Amino acid sequence: MNILVCIKQVPDTKIIKVNPKTNTLDRSSAPAILNPYDAHAVEEAVRLREIHGGKVIVLSMGPPQARNAIRKCVEIGADEGYLISDRRFAGADTLATSYALFKAIEKLQHEQGIDLVLCGKHAIDGDTGQVGPGIARRMEIPPLTNVIKVEEVDLEGGKLKVRRKIENGYELIQSSLPCLLTVEKEINEVAYSPLPNMLRAARYEPTVWTVDDLDDVDIKQLGLKGSPTIVGKMWPPEKSSGAEMIEGEAKEQVEKLLAITLEKRELFGVKGGEK
Amino acid sequence: MNIEEYKDVWVFIEQRDGQIIDVGLELLGAGRDLADKLEVNLCGVLLGHDVKDSASDLFSYGADKVYVIDDPILEKYRTETYMKAVGDLVRKYKPEIFLYGATSNGKDLASAVATEVMTGLTADTTLLDVNLEKRLFEASRPAFGGNIMATILCKKHRPQMATVRPKVMKKPEPEEGREGEIIEEKITLKEEDLRTKVLEIVRDAKKAVNLEEADVIVAAGKGIKDEKGFNMVKELAEVLNATVGASRDVVEAGLCGHDHQVGQTGLTVTPKIYFAIGISGAVQHVVGMQNSDMIIAINNDPEAAIFNAAHYGIVADAFQIVPMLTEEFRKALKGEEAGGVTANV
Ligand SMILES: Cc1cc2nc3c(=O)[nH]c(=O)nc-3n(C[C@H](O)[C@H](O)[C@H](O)COP(=O)(O)OP(=O)(O)OC[C@H]3O[C@@H](n4cnc5c(N)ncnc54)[C@H](O)[C@@H]3O)c2cc1C
Ligand SMILES: Cc1cc2nc3c(=O)[nH]c(=O)nc-3n(C[C@H](O)[C@H](O)[C@H](O)COP(=O)(O)OP(=O)(O)OC[C@H]3O[C@@H](n4cnc5c(N)ncnc54)[C@H](O)[C@@H]3O)c2cc1C
Repeated sequence: MNILVCIKQVPDTKIIKVNPKTNTLDRSSAPAILNPYDAHAVEEAVRLREIHGGKVIVLSMGPPQARNAIRKCVEIGADEGYLISDRRFAGADTLATSYALFKAIEKLQHEQGIDLVLCGKHAIDGDTGQVGPGIARRMEIPPLTNVIKVEEVDLEGGKLKVRRKIENGYELIQSSLPCLLTVEKEINEVAYSPLPNMLRAARYEPTVWTVDDLDDVDIKQLGLKGSPTIVGKMWPPEKSSGAEMIEGEAKEQVEKLLAITLEKRELFGVKGGEK
Repeated sequence: MNIEEYKDVWVFIEQRDGQIIDVGLELLGAGRDLADKLEVNLCGVLLGHDVKDSASDLFSYGADKVYVIDDPILEKYRTETYMKAVGDLVRKYKPEIFLYGATSNGKDLASAVATEVMTGLTADTTLLDVNLEKRLFEASRPAFGGNIMATILCKKHRPQMATVRPKVMKKPEPEEGREGEIIEEKITLKEEDLRTKVLEIVRDAKKAVNLEEADVIVAAGKGIKDEKGFNMVKELAEVLNATVGASRDVVEAGLCGHDHQVGQTGLTVTPKIYFAIGISGAVQHVVGMQNSDMIIAINNDPEAAIFNAAHYGIVADAFQIVPMLTEEFRKALKGEEAGGVTANV
């Protein structure tokens, strides 16, 4: 079973700084890492390969540095990595991103066959979760989002069963193969990489493709030009003016807090046993 | 694409097991404002099986029209059926703006539809407006871990679509007697042609945590130290009929599951009241709860950053004050409870 995993290099959003003058992000302030959800996707692909055979192929769109994120995937156990990198991809929103990735997947599909596509639930920078379902629609395969467990893969029957996380529970869903899964963190624990993987990763050079290496690309659908959405303006969110402090002895504090919150006492009641 | 042909504001009305869930009603409230500014109709889109009768309820929440597709094939949400049905409606009736709740299925559907009809989609918005001069929809969302707000525009494609976080918009008061038009459509797919099948839906109302929809959350931070402290917080939650939340450190200490985690790598929540007990207020935690209506922080360090995010602050030892609060709330709420309720832990 050949599994393709889409992976993205992202700035570590916990460190990124906002330039107070321009209200833009200072990307150089944050180190680039493999999107954490994508690490889980690669781990799951490696796990499935160990059971069902085949290859794990990772694919990323991004600047040349994104090769490091691909190396990280090789460390986790991926067999091959491809990077599509070209100025003409730049400025893509999710519609243009899914188009570019789809074009590369189509080529890989043609060359070696793909049975399953995995993505992360979302990327921690753009944080839309829209790219996976977009790719599935373009490939005309079913998307199964928010997967927390792969229950069963029946290669011969050409189908699989997964658990999708939904509000207060999960659903068990069956799909024909190929299909696309987006994975949640609960799906697995990313294991420590064995030494041979680390050594291989350090020297690994992914295949890099430009737009010209892909077939039948409609340039108008790529990058900024192919993006229906644009970022209009950015501004720092309103800083709260700070809490009103409830002073006094513990007993007084409790009384005051009760007075404030019990104005909304209906929230603490029980409505029809729901909730 | 002739964008002038596109009119009206649409809201996807999500149902679960045949029951309309709140987020669709909240979006009717927000959509009403947009539709009034643009002087167009507000329309609901309701899909499912045996849901037709609920359609008229939507008029009282502000809808002028409701598009309904009622078919057994739509009983349970599946991307392939819903995407086709919604895609067909969009192509036929051409809405100008289309809003979806940012729930698991709402996001899944909106992403698929955006690609199906080739338009822009803004994710997880918390602020909606229109620029009347340019007749453009302005959808804003927190970005980069909440460090910045960004307004996303979709100038040349229609519909202009957005997913909107649950609980951010206010559910309108129903206006009795308000009427509207129901437009029924059909779906052309057949079960035999489908590639996915929902085998089972497991909703554990008691056990499963549903932080994203909770009205009241009592959240524990590392200041509660250990299991004993965590149980103390749980008890307060029980009395308040609230859901238990937690910081990442508490989850990592093994005191509760990841489903309880609030923050950047956990859930984003917007309850009416959020109690933060022994939580320091790291930015990764705050981005997940800062849009709560009322935030009450309890911490023994007067300098704790959580007090910047909170509306009310109490500097106190949690081990002293929380049991007192639990006791006083229990007394105050006694007799008001319908009995036998446990917190969603
Ligand atoms: C502030 C800001 C706000 C934005 N808001 C929007 C918006 O509302 N709507 C919109 O359409 N665009 C938006 N964008 C653009 C969006 O971030 C980019 O399109 C981005 O390339 C992909 O989206 P994402 O990061 O949200 O990915 P997600 O859809 O969250 O990623 C999900 C998964 O898709 C795969 N994936 C995503 N990108 C790549 C890649 N480059 N290479 C390989 N695999 C990938 C990974 O498996 C990833 O886990 C915004 C950008 C900024 C800077
Ligand atoms: C990439 C990344 C993602 C992250 N994602 C998340 C996330 O999603 N959610 C999240 O929560 N964190 C997240 N974190 C971690 C975050 O940075 C903080 O480390 C974490 O939120 C701290 O948890 P805490 O407030 O419970 O603990 P601490 O920071 O240890 O704070 C404990 C607080 O309790 C107070 N206290 C101590 N004793 C008492 C007492 N007796 N009574 C009252 N108060 C007391 C202390 O004054 C202190 O303020 C993330 C970090 C990274 C790097």
